[in-house]
Amino acid sequence: MSDLQTNISSGEFPHDAPGTSDVILETRGLTKHYGGVHALENANFTLRKGEHVAIMGDNGAGKSTFVRQITGVEQFTRGEIIFDGKNVKFENPMEARQAGIETVFQTLALADQLDVPDNLFLGRELVKFKLGPFSILDYKAMRERTMEALVKTGVKIPNIRGTIERMSGGQRQCVAIARTATFHSKLTIMDEPTAALGVQETAQVENIIRTLKEQGEPLILISHNMRQVMDLCDRIVVFRRGRICADIDITAGDVTGEEVVAYITGAKTQPQFEDAA
Amino acid sequence: MSESTHGIGGLTFDAKKRARPPELNVLFALILIIGVFELLGAFLMGQSFLFDSADRFDSFLNEARLKIIILQVSIIGIIAIGSTQVIISGGIDLSPGSVVGLTAMIAMSFAQVAEVNGNPNPKAVFGPAWMDLPAIVPLVVGLSVGIAAGLINGLLIAYTRIPPFIATLGMMVTARGAAKWWTKGQPVSFPTEGYASIGQGMMPVLLFILLAVLFALILRFTVYGKRTYAIGSNEDAARMSGINVARHKVLVYTIAGALAAFAAVVLSAKNLTAQAGMGVMYELDAIAMTVIGGVSLAGGRGSIVGTVLGALIFGVIISGFTFLRLDAYYQEMVKGAIIVGAVVLDQWRQGRMAAKM
Ligand SMILES: Nc1ncnc2c1ncn2[C@@H]1O[C@H](COP(=O)(O)OP(=O)(O)O)[C@@H](O)[C@H]1O
Ligand SMILES: [Mg+2]
Repeated sequence: MSDLQTNISSGEFPHDAPGTSDVILETRGLTKHYGGVHALENANFTLRKGEHVAIMGDNGAGKSTFVRQITGVEQFTRGEIIFDGKNVKFENPMEARQAGIETVFQTLALADQLDVPDNLFLGRELVKFKLGPFSILDYKAMRERTMEALVKTGVKIPNIRGTIERMSGGQRQCVAIARTATFHSKLTIMDEPTAALGVQETAQVENIIRTLKEQGEPLILISHNMRQVMDLCDRIVVFRRGRICADIDITAGDVTGEEVVAYITGAKTQPQFEDAA
Repeated sequence: MSESTHGIGGLTFDAKKRARPPELNVLFALILIIGVFELLGAFLMGQSFLFDSADRFDSFLNEARLKIIILQVSIIGIIAIGSTQVIISGGIDLSPGSVVGLTAMIAMSFAQVAEVNGNPNPKAVFGPAWMDLPAIVPLVVGLSVGIAAGLINGLLIAYTRIPPFIATLGMMVTARGAAKWWTKGQPVSFPTEGYASIGQGMMPVLLFILLAVLFALILRFTVYGKRTYAIGSNEDAARMSGINVARHKVLVYTIAGALAAFAAVVLSAKNLTAQAGMGVMYELDAIAMTVIGGVSLAGGRGSIVGTVLGALIFGVIISGFTFLRLDAYYQEMVKGAIIVGAVVLDQWRQGRMAAKM
């Protein structure tokens, strides 16, 4: 174990005024019970600015549940979330988004019959002329901002005026990701963004993630793909049966996939998480 | 940006690359159906359907028949504009026919003249103080009735778990009952000239065209339109994006109610009378026009242009049957077949779309 550079995330960082700390997100004792199902138990998690952290774990380990608590999709049972220096409890996904958390959910939230700019600006349309619900759309500005977002993320889509239903799974995923990049977010979360994609499409999504890294945008990436995680992330946090059981720094490059798998399957547990196992 | 523009990194928004608009298919269908009636006319009747073959008219076209076709679809067409946005939003509205009946009765009650040929109005609903009012009064009263009905539909659908089919079915029965209760089943007649003028001549056609253009623009260029498509396309995505889906739905059904009421005003003004049974089955005709025009019952797909073309197809088929001197019974049966056929076509289109994915 000593060869692993680990860090215990709970309570280690004092929190300062918004924006001054280098921690963007921290959860303390975050817990979610669905009736008798303890889907998430006492999760202490920290993400620093610019850091890309992978969340791994078996199906049903509680990864998506964790994300749903942070993004306001559900209300957590217990615990605390500190985002950008402030204690937060988002009532709905919109509040989380307004606070600067952009999420690519496991089930894509795209309107199939609309085109790329329409989807990027869904719910926050740019308007030329304010008339309440009948405000006039500024299609040109939305197209231009869409192009900017696609360039920023390196997404290549043959024709942004095509409807989503005519696109491949990879292109859809790219649109969903580009959508998070259109607005100046403070944190991006992706829940298994490449699970349903082919090799090339996966590579495209991975390129987008690299671009985000270069731009210093913090990311939480849920993935089952060991190579991908090793390539793209600074740290792996492993979930098992609703609890965090390992927090592994992989920047040094001395961590093997086998070790991570051992944590995922329960063959190993880091000493500081022993009580959780 | 009319021509192909290559953006950075090979990104394009090429207008020419866009898929062929589905409205074009509807237009082809319209032309095809006219062609069929022309052929049948030539063989069975020895005369042309739409063209002036007998030199009876000054112009090349049979204007009389064209006018009849457009006139007979324009009142239900106004309802179909409302149905179009309801169906695009992923809902359905079965109440417009009954709302037409109720609105016609109430609006007409505020549109009556005090004296008919020197005698007191035999169909008077209210006392003389409520007669000979300017046309704006029955118009506003009528629209309010439709807006109220639509608002109730919308609130039920958006804030309870009652599906649109059931909520609007309830309104269909209730509004029809209210229409009969209003005068205990008596017709209301003798409107003022001002009110009658709303429905005379080609006025219904003009109003239909104006409303169609207005709503085509609204659906295409406003936030309201975009969100209506978004909700019909993926309601969860719309909600996740922060759209207030419930409030939007209330607006959609309220507008549909207002349009049904407007159709009622035009219809009663055209007929110079209102009866509790007015508008029976209009909702189905409106839905048929909408679906024929390419609006998908699954939501998210379709346009006002499509619905207008669908309305014309509907009108052409009905007057085509009259032209071929087929019984009214056949017309009704064929209407039923058209409605079912349009839905089958929609299912087939959806299946094809799903297969492509
Ligand atoms: N809405 C829910 N109601 C009840 N149990 C749930 C609900 N959502 C998730 N769970 C349960 O919580 C556990 C964690 O699920 P999830 O977070 O989706 O796992 P993961 O994303 O890691 O595969 C599972 O046992 C799952 O069955
Ligand atoms: Mg999951």
